[in-house]
Amino acid sequence: MADLDRTRVPAAAPLAWEYAPAPESRDVVRFQERYGLFVGGELVDPRSAEWYSTIEPANEDHLADIALAGEEDVDLAVRAARDAFENGWSTLPGSERAKYVFRIARILLERSREFAVAESLNSGKPIKESRDVDVPIAAAHFFYYAGWADKLEYAFPNRRPQPLGVAGQIIPWNFPLLMLAWKIAPALACGNTVVLKPSHTTPLTALLFADACRQAGLPPGVVNIVTGDGRTGAAIVRHPDVDKIAFTGSTGVGKDIQRAIAGTGKRLTLELGGKAANIVFDDAALDQAVEGIVNGIFFNQGEVCCAGSRLLVQESVHEQLIAKLKRRMGTLRVGDPLDKNTDVGAINSREQLERIEELVESGREEGAEIFQPECVLPERGFWHAPTVFTNVAQSYRIAQEEIFGPVLSVLTFRTPEEAVEKANNTAYGLSAGVWTEKGARIFWMAERLRAGVVWGNTFNRFDPASPFGGYKESGFGREGGRHGLEAYLRFE
Amino acid sequence: MSGRLPVRKTYKLFIGGAFPRSESGRTFEAQGQNVARASRKDARDAVKAARGAFATWSGATAYNRGQVLYRLAEMMEARSADLAATCSGADEVEAAVDRVVWYAGWTDKLSQVLGASNAVAGPYFSFSVPEPTGVVAIVVPESPALLGLVSRVAPALAGGNAVVAVASESHPLAAIELAEAAATSDLPAGVLNILTGRRAELAPVLAAHMDVNAIDVTGAGEVGAELEALAADNVKRVVHGGDGQSPWEISAFLELKTVWHPIGT
Repeated sequence: MADLDRTRVPAAAPLAWEYAPAPESRDVVRFQERYGLFVGGELVDPRSAEWYSTIEPANEDHLADIALAGEEDVDLAVRAARDAFENGWSTLPGSERAKYVFRIARILLERSREFAVAESLNSGKPIKESRDVDVPIAAAHFFYYAGWADKLEYAFPNRRPQPLGVAGQIIPWNFPLLMLAWKIAPALACGNTVVLKPSHTTPLTALLFADACRQAGLPPGVVNIVTGDGRTGAAIVRHPDVDKIAFTGSTGVGKDIQRAIAGTGKRLTLELGGKAANIVFDDAALDQAVEGIVNGIFFNQGEVCCAGSRLLVQESVHEQLIAKLKRRMGTLRVGDPLDKNTDVGAINSREQLERIEELVESGREEGAEIFQPECVLPERGFWHAPTVFTNVAQSYRIAQEEIFGPVLSVLTFRTPEEAVEKANNTAYGLSAGVWTEKGARIFWMAERLRAGVVWGNTFNRFDPASPFGGYKESGFGREGGRHGLEAYLRFE
Repeated sequence: MSGRLPVRKTYKLFIGGAFPRSESGRTFEAQGQNVARASRKDARDAVKAARGAFATWSGATAYNRGQVLYRLAEMMEARSADLAATCSGADEVEAAVDRVVWYAGWTDKLSQVLGASNAVAGPYFSFSVPEPTGVVAIVVPESPALLGLVSRVAPALAGGNAVVAVASESHPLAAIELAEAAATSDLPAGVLNILTGRRAELAPVLAAHMDVNAIDVTGAGEVGAELEALAADNVKRVVHGGDGQSPWEISAFLELKTVWHPIGT
């Protein structure tokens, strides 16, 4: 790990911290040399006969060979799911279904270190996040929805809820296991069977999850995992025997999916991009706000759909807040995802890194002022320094487009009305943050922000009991809470 | 040639609280009358009027919205005979009036039935409230002309949305008659807009419009698939409703907002 032992010189902070590396052991996870598709309860070689290599973004090392599912493979997975749906799963008493889902929750917790290390290796996210956020909340989702499985008629009075059938689920690379949990837990609790495609770059925790399903004794075909790329996803979307599509990913692909299933009667939920405003008023507790800003944009390297990527600061505290923020950024530890000290890990892929770099370049060119703390980035792997742009106009691409990286754009406002106007001036509407010590103002702002989640004096909070999802072009449907069940039920 | 010549009604559009002719000057014949045939421009004007009215309507208290919708039912009741002449008759009018009253009573109960306080595992207060989606386009079922219209429009209005409705093409008079009741209720101008004309011409404009947030294709029939595809341009919510009454018909026109705040001293 010599290449990750680095000394940083914080630009704005008169502090020089030395950290002894504290890497988590990678021995808790042993990957197979290659993984087939999880279809009908077994890992099978793909009919496509295509394989690809999945890597560790922190150093570009090969981790395992992964099957690339073609149309025929997707068809087999859908058949397995249909078969499991028709022959037992959909008619199993809710109380029995619940116990399978409870088992999965328990197994995830028992194997949490293994899942956390695998997640950090394959995604590049810091181990303290995968350990403290991704894995425990994923397990909590299964536990939460397990409890609903035999209580559905109480969730929707007078409606007689029924499962939909086969759910096709397509998830992104930023929270591979957590997004899997958000999709699979409610689907199973409601009596559906599943064909899930993890992201091309982060298939490993989904494949470990397949093993957890076997361990739980889940009937074959109830959960099927097909790895692959966009073509695999398209095959799921277009498959005539899929009853429902749940997609989390980019707004562009979301629109393509909505178009593709128009008129088919397939049900659809979309959780798409965002460009959240994190709004700081002059009466806010500024040090707390700085922590919230840092969490909002540097959590998971900013590769978060609800990231607080636009900071709106009331003019009177702009200078003071930015100085504090820069100082705090100087203390962020960027590096080895498996190091328990690490705050900011690796970018997930070369493709994503290039997109971030391209947008950062556009910010410079359009005239924004850039700040990055001094930090030595590892030579191998995909890395981007924490970045903040000031002097940003609303028209700049860095204020309009989702960057999905550790890049913050700062704008200012004078009045609450102006803050609302600027915050809502986007096609997205996933989340927003408000920092003020004035309680009435939190509610006033929360009423006016056109976003599915509003965090007051906090940011990036997630819980299985709390519904999450977007307004406008950030998608529709909710995941989490009682509302999350609706996406997987029909009503007689 | 004795006696009084009755004054005839000109059947016009209902946009922004006013009754304009189509800007195109076109009409078409339906139910034995000349009816305004809205153009694409009229459809865009209606969206603009709806967007303008949305803040007022969604910002009104739920109690106030309930009262206004109840007033609409009163105005419909007063026009029962006129309404009956435009649809299948008195029974349909009574059902339509009762349905508006039913939805009027829902406005201030939605957040309790559809919202939630969320038991999160941490020192935070998290709650979820339903909010209107925004501007909603509704392709009204061809029949029943009045009850079909009311069954789709009332839940959207009760939820606090602003509506652009495309009336039944074969039986548009009920929609105009309803518009006249709306214009004399306290419904703010622009909250309900009604277009008559060729549905195949108007519905795609609304489905593709970037300032429309949701499209109800319940009554769209075979053009539904085309509308759904156009709706993807700005990730519109596509609503497939029913012809009954239920809070879930309202919920299809709502977003859900979740708010978090730490609990501390």
